[in-house]
Amino acid sequence: MSWFEKLIPAKIRTTARSRSIPEGVWCKCSACENILYRAELERNLYVCPKCGYHQRINARIRLGSFLDQDGCVEIAANIKPIDTLKFKDSKKYKDRISQAQKNTGENDALLAIEGTLNNLPVIVVAFDFNFMGGSMGSVVGEKFVRAAQLSFKKRIPLICFTASGGARMQEGLLSLMQMAKTSAILAQLSKAGIPFISVLTDPTMGGVSASLGMLGDINIAEPKALIGFAGPRVIEQTVRETLPKSFQRSEFLLKHGAIDMIVDRRKLRNILTNLLTILQKREAV
Amino acid sequence: MQLNFLDYEKPIAELEAKIDELRYMSDDNNLNIAEEIQQLKEKSAVLTKTIFSSLTPWQITQMARHPQRPYTLDYIHRFITNFEELHGDRTYADDAALVTGIGILNGRSVVIIGHQKGRDTKEKIIRNFGMPKPEGYRKALRIMKMAERFGISVLTFIDTPGAYPGIGAEERGQSEAIAKNLFEMAQLKTPIISTVIGEGGSGGALAIGVADHIMILEYSIYSVISPEGCAAILWKSIKKTSDAAATLGLTSDRLKCLGLVDQIITEPLGGAHRDIDEVAGRIKNAINNKLTELETMSVDELIERRQQRLLNYGEFEV
Repeated sequence: MSWFEKLIPAKIRTTARSRSIPEGVWCKCSACENILYRAELERNLYVCPKCGYHQRINARIRLGSFLDQDGCVEIAANIKPIDTLKFKDSKKYKDRISQAQKNTGENDALLAIEGTLNNLPVIVVAFDFNFMGGSMGSVVGEKFVRAAQLSFKKRIPLICFTASGGARMQEGLLSLMQMAKTSAILAQLSKAGIPFISVLTDPTMGGVSASLGMLGDINIAEPKALIGFAGPRVIEQTVRETLPKSFQRSEFLLKHGAIDMIVDRRKLRNILTNLLTILQKREAV
Repeated sequence: MQLNFLDYEKPIAELEAKIDELRYMSDDNNLNIAEEIQQLKEKSAVLTKTIFSSLTPWQITQMARHPQRPYTLDYIHRFITNFEELHGDRTYADDAALVTGIGILNGRSVVIIGHQKGRDTKEKIIRNFGMPKPEGYRKALRIMKMAERFGISVLTFIDTPGAYPGIGAEERGQSEAIAKNLFEMAQLKTPIISTVIGEGGSGGALAIGVADHIMILEYSIYSVISPEGCAAILWKSIKKTSDAAATLGLTSDRLKCLGLVDQIITEPLGGAHRDIDEVAGRIKNAINNKLTELETMSVDELIERRQQRLLNYGEFEV
């Protein structure tokens, strides 16, 4: 207790002051800078009610709101990363892993869940950008493959939400090979006639974009997401030109024919239900 | 050919210069100093051996990018006969950074696909420093599909800093072009052998690198990111390039240990450029032996084996 608080008579002293104002009731939209009521933002799936800006969200929140509430089963939750190369930059890879695990509560950057979408059985995977920039290493590759194999076995569609800086440098060439690995399993799915829908969210770059991200039977992007192969800064340094407006954003990709459509997060459930119903020749509800 | 030396080869360069000097002297004055020259030559060989026995990963990276390092066309001219280059992706353009064609290797028809860097400034620009754009990858895919139709084996040669980071490349779908190649190569119904002959730069390399057998020249590298890029991102300092090269595990011996390449092809003392014919011969033999083996497999077996190999990539804990 500080000297000042000691001066206050015990009768009027409040000890639990902080409890009356819970933290983070309000937050600011990073696009339009409006002050937003957090509960409303959550109800709005983290899309700014004022300007429509799509905030980045973690994988668990993403899938929690995307899938039907009941009957969700997590796939391959127990797979954990190891440091094969004994990689060390300014920090050890091992330490980066434990730090990321502590911060996110996840084992690695991909979450895979079997569940239903408006009662349609689906397998859904989502990248967690908060876990080392959603980078793809061995664990992400393996979980993706297991999810796809389950989808293959049960003949139910696979949906993937990407949010990634690319391959995980700390795993060296092993991480590059995850591009080949995930593409190989998608080739099997495709041959078996099982739909794969890729939903690209902000940001999807490098090795993730140049493998599973662009291989959807249908490629969808959330509005204004950064999607591309090379990072904009690298391109700027290479070509020494200013980049065109909205370069590598969803709208740019739609214009250049790389994606099928841009869909607002709040409409994703219904549009994906519709697409899958038609592709699987089910009766529309 | 006048040899070109890297920084760490300086002592060898000095010795070689001395040898040249002596040679001129003996020519001019009719002196007989052949014995001395021979001695110096031996000394140079010993020195080269010593230096090359303990190259650091960063020094190997420099060797992989050596200005005199043989490129795809140097090898094609040495062991592919009746070679015909084929051009264009049939949609947008022809990409000179990636050479494709058909020819004959030891009596069997093959399809060849390889990155191509330029030797002088003018050619470097035409070849875009060996960095393909989407049309390059699409041309490669078109040729691979043709190989599949005719049941011809595919040989790819990897030597690129990476896929080109440019505005047009992004507009035309660099990501999709690479992804599509990975997807199609995983199920291509004909044998594929990839050889890393210089720089294996990330996705731009892998886009022609999904194979039944992956070989790498001793002083080549294959990496998820260039040491420079890695240092800039993780250390935020370009001075750490050499540390990045060491920790990325990008050298042939490390990759072999990790099971990411199947075979190392040794290089002559001092690197592939010291004796291109010799290296070409070794590559040719290795390809020939492996093709003979792969061609005994049925298409189903081949694809099953390739897919299994791809799905096995990865190290994790359960």
